[in-house]
Amino acid sequence: MTIAIKTRRYVGNGTSLELKAELCVGCGDCVGVCPHGVLALVEREGGREGADGRRLSSQVIAILDRAACMECGACALNCPSSALSVKAGVGCAAAIINGKLRGTAPNCDCGDSGCC
Amino acid sequence: MKQIMARRFVPVAKKVEERVAGYRELGTDGGPWIEGYLSLGSRSIPRVSTRLDRSDRLGALRVRLGFGRDRYRVLPGLYAIGAPGRDSPVLVSANYKLSFDALRRELGGLDLWILVIDTKGVNVWCAAGKGSFGTAELVAKIGRCRLGEIVSHRELILPQLGAAGVSGPEMRKASGFRAVWGPVRARDIPGFLAAGKKKTQAMSRVSFGLGERLLLAPIEIVHAWPALLAALGLGLLAGLPFGPGWAGRSLAVAIVLVGAVLAGAAGFPALLFVLPTRSFAIKGALLGVAWGGLASWVFHLPMGLATGLSLVSSALVAWIGLNFTGSTTFTSPSGAAKEVERTIWPAAIGTGAGLVLAALSIALRF
Repeated sequence: MTIAIKTRRYVGNGTSLELKAELCVGCGDCVGVCPHGVLALVEREGGREGADGRRLSSQVIAILDRAACMECGACALNCPSSALSVKAGVGCAAAIINGKLRGTAPNCDCGDSGCC
Repeated sequence: MKQIMARRFVPVAKKVEERVAGYRELGTDGGPWIEGYLSLGSRSIPRVSTRLDRSDRLGALRVRLGFGRDRYRVLPGLYAIGAPGRDSPVLVSANYKLSFDALRRELGGLDLWILVIDTKGVNVWCAAGKGSFGTAELVAKIGRCRLGEIVSHRELILPQLGAAGVSGPEMRKASGFRAVWGPVRARDIPGFLAAGKKKTQAMSRVSFGLGERLLLAPIEIVHAWPALLAALGLGLLAGLPFGPGWAGRSLAVAIVLVGAVLAGAAGFPALLFVLPTRSFAIKGALLGVAWGGLASWVFHLPMGLATGLSLVSSALVAWIGLNFTGSTTFTSPSGAAKEVERTIWPAAIGTGAGLVLAALSIALRF
């Protein structure tokens, strides 16, 4: 028996997720590391001729469900051709305010331990 | 007890002593979960039990309540499950004991290696977000543990959530080991291995069910102690003037305010997907005003005080709820930043106006 896992969405999800389809080599590694099923491998539409004359892969990644993207950064970090980019970071409100007050990136100030 | 002691100290007694000293030094737990040692040439590798005992469960309860989380660690290094050999799979884990326990309890009957990397006692996903479950640490551990001498293959099975910190392509370049992204949950590992290291879609999806959310409530409540204390203090003040009826009036307001903090810390996670809209701030504000209104009505508070307290409760729960974005499994930093920006002034004004209104209502008593 499989229990269906509900897709949860949130305001502003996936804002920073960017895909450069012409760089995608169609390996699909990002699909396997995404915890929310945001990405999928699809047939590449249009020509397979790249801008610099390179032949593009027959399959390409597509963003299926941007609002499910929590910007964890796993896809971008594991993309071998830098086709994906995303601005990952600490996500709790206290960290965001902490960062604003100090003019730094969001920082929960819990050091190496604890979790945000 | 005697049996456990025997299992713990008889095999390679000196190695055990050294090991225990190592744990003490790091403030880590080198408890009875080490069953014995596997001799491999000049090396001896600790073999760990796949069953959790009472001390493991008590430890889990303690850290779930927020006590000693920083020190709940496993010594980083290589461990054995069952009787692994040169072809056995290698799993990677964090050195937070709660994570390590969640992993080993699922591995009964299997023969494999576990490489525990130093995440400073933080779980896989959070450590990946912070970068301590990262490529550099993993590559360093592969070298320090001389993993290449232990196994003949060049493949590491990593927890999928570690992908936010470890880059598979970079790891391969730096260490020669290829990353195979395993399932999100440890309990899917036997199925994943049996299927030839293939994941089903469900194995790579993160959930956030009621049970998972309620598991977070105790620590949210413990961490809310300053707010609880402030709520109690305000409640006592709100009963003024002293004299007959003070205790009753104080108690009513204290219950409304303390209840609002608890609504934020426990009610909000529980009702997360019942509350309307995607916005955590709006969900919280609605829950807060509902609680404030209901409790004020139950205690027959005067209109001004009831309105003031409902405003404060609304802002308070909105704020606590918004902070819960740091504990969920599906909210993005972009979204949280957007919400903070939208919420900070309404919440501050709501709190201020609510407090003034409540104070005026109390002042009328004099």
